[in-house]
Amino acid sequence: MAENKNDPSQVKDTGHVWDGIRELDNPCPRWWLNSLWLSGLMVIVYFILYPSLPLIEGSTKGILGWTQINEFEEDMAKVEAIRAPFDNQLAAMTVEEILVDPRMLNYAIGSSKVLYGDNCAACHGVGGAPPTGVFYPNLTDDDWLFGGGIYDIKMSIAQGRAGMMPAHKNLLTEEETDQLVQFVIDYSNGEPTEAGLALYNAKGCFACHGADAKGIKAMGSANLTDKIWRFSGTPEGIRHSIIHGVNDPSDPQTHIAVMPGWNEKVAIMMEARAYAIEDGDDPNDIDWDDELDGDEAERLTETDIKKLAVYVHQLGGGQ
Amino acid sequence: MSEELNNTINNVDDIYEEVSDWHINVGGLKIVAKRQAGRFRTFKWLGMSIWSLFFLGPYLRWNDSQAILFDLPNRQFNIFQITIYPQDIWMLSLTLLFFAILLAVVTSIAGRVFCGYFCFQTVWTDIFTYIEGKLEGNTPPRALKFNEAPWTADKLARKVLKHSLWLIIALLTGISFVAWFTDAFQLWRDLFSFQAPLFALAVIGAFIGGTYLFAGFMREQVCFWLCPYARLQGVMYDQDTLLPAYDAERGEPRGRVKRGEDKASKGSCIDCKICVAVCPTGIDIRKGQQEGCITCGLCIDACDTIMDKVNQPRGLIRYASYKELHHNAEAIPLYKRLRIYVYGFILLGAVAGIINGFMSLSPTEFKVDHQRQPLYVLLSDGSIQNKYTLKLLNKTKQAITVNFTIEGLEGAILRGVSEITIEPSEIVPLTALVKVPEKHMTFELAPIVFKGIIVDSDIIVEYKSVFMGPKLK
Repeated sequence: MAENKNDPSQVKDTGHVWDGIRELDNPCPRWWLNSLWLSGLMVIVYFILYPSLPLIEGSTKGILGWTQINEFEEDMAKVEAIRAPFDNQLAAMTVEEILVDPRMLNYAIGSSKVLYGDNCAACHGVGGAPPTGVFYPNLTDDDWLFGGGIYDIKMSIAQGRAGMMPAHKNLLTEEETDQLVQFVIDYSNGEPTEAGLALYNAKGCFACHGADAKGIKAMGSANLTDKIWRFSGTPEGIRHSIIHGVNDPSDPQTHIAVMPGWNEKVAIMMEARAYAIEDGDDPNDIDWDDELDGDEAERLTETDIKKLAVYVHQLGGGQ
Repeated sequence: MSEELNNTINNVDDIYEEVSDWHINVGGLKIVAKRQAGRFRTFKWLGMSIWSLFFLGPYLRWNDSQAILFDLPNRQFNIFQITIYPQDIWMLSLTLLFFAILLAVVTSIAGRVFCGYFCFQTVWTDIFTYIEGKLEGNTPPRALKFNEAPWTADKLARKVLKHSLWLIIALLTGISFVAWFTDAFQLWRDLFSFQAPLFALAVIGAFIGGTYLFAGFMREQVCFWLCPYARLQGVMYDQDTLLPAYDAERGEPRGRVKRGEDKASKGSCIDCKICVAVCPTGIDIRKGQQEGCITCGLCIDACDTIMDKVNQPRGLIRYASYKELHHNAEAIPLYKRLRIYVYGFILLGAVAGIINGFMSLSPTEFKVDHQRQPLYVLLSDGSIQNKYTLKLLNKTKQAITVNFTIEGLEGAILRGVSEITIEPSEIVPLTALVKVPEKHMTFELAPIVFKGIIVDSDIIVEYKSVFMGPKLK
């Protein structure tokens, strides 16, 4: 071997010496250097193929025409392509049909998670149960103000809901209020008193909450006999509900409990069909031009409403 | 200048002096190792032959399908009768642990056995250099002569043949690798009809490139500069580890005994440098243990033939421990070495785990997720409801029908699940509602057992979950 590159005394150094240790200037292994140049070459190839150099407006485009948003949209199109047959099928089905078709049921539930999270969870909570102390209706229990059947749920979502209970500030004496508070607590525990019931009827509570105090679905009035409280179940909370009511504009301390409608058109159509059936008419004969103005608010599509209705129905309390 | 600094500089000078004698090949020098028969050469062939399993294994059939198939698209490993799903992947970790510790224990007993006799880099390089040696000359002078000779038809033919053979081996390597992950026979059919999936072709291409480059050109440079195991294994040595080593006490001073010289004035080493000539990584074992030594023992074979010729006992270069060479101490028997026990214990644990895993491979995988949002729901009659998702994976080859029940919680009622049929390799998530009446809610948290009863079999799967309720007042 003519030259031993590794002999330190024969190798060039950089002139740097620390504590007697010289910094040698050995060449890098050839394969290593080649790899380095090769990676440099790769960079140039990338510069040509992909967007790279920033310009004053935008950047160079690259000959492949690749962009991040295009890639995203292509991928989303793939997702949509997989979903499309399901969504088309779902659009043609009624909510009742979806419930008994396990495959479509699974799809409806799976594809509603995002919908629910975007539109419903803010009030009703992730998973259908609002946080403690926030008085939005719990969607996972079996107590429904406006009905827990799939049809009713769909209607609630489409139409929106707002119950109404007048403030009783000026209608009841302090004593009567105390008695009624005690009465509903007793009833919830399954031990209503005769005297309480008499006062309940005398003060007209039955008009909304029903003779059996179980609430009336059409009005969305609360069931007073079960263990679930629409608002607070403490004596103070119940007193507040009685005194200030719900959605009573005359009382600033009233409970505000309004759910917005998500598709007016669907709500009107559901209603019209229901009336037609009640009157013994064929719902297919309804003249929709008569019923609809064409400017109904549609915040969610009918398919989305269906999916959400199924999703809510399956949260644990659907009937 | 203080005395301390002076000492430092002296030490540094010593180091310079020592390393000036070293040569480290960074790829500028192509190693052409002389080939020679011998005990360790035979052993190396044996170790290498194990790799034939890599090439032939995929063609084994079992029950009309590939005996060993790592079916990634379907997320299952088929090993003869057994199918392993991702849920059983912990067994793979144990298998990897087993081999990692096996590497450690073997290395601590007898050095880089893996590197010397079995590593694919060693094996493929050996095959490639074997071909090169046959065609271009198998000693450095012959190879040099061949390469410096003017280009003739014969030289060109030999060069072309060499690279063709290399590429064929590389191609077969790539195809064999892919064949473990897809049906091997179908793969060949697809390759011949140009219908092989792009991904398979890309993998084969990467293997061709890698094999050709690493075994054909980079060779020992891979061990020197790329391989982490080469570095790791050195750490596992201790003073009792048996390694191919030069017995300097016996060999030095090296050199040829000249006429008229006293035989006793020289050691056993005649400085023939055959140990360097046969070394596939081009090191000189007489300089002691070094990073380049893959402990393949070829220098032992070579030196032994020389010792036989000069009528000296064999073993000037031999498998010997540091202690034996430097302290003339007997090697400590294996059973007295603590690390053997530690390694052995881990090995046994891994093996026991794997055996246990195979014995208890269930035909199903049953899991129950308790819903966390909300943890529990108060129902109108005062009872408490919990929601669960039941997931039963069917690992058998037939569809199964399952009924679910609950146990272990007084008064609990299961709702929402009915008999269900699950196709092979499928999971059907089921939502189950469990309700416990108010009078039984005397707890905040209680265990509950879900059972899946598989119809027409004696299989009952269980999963322990919990039932939660509100804080007790």
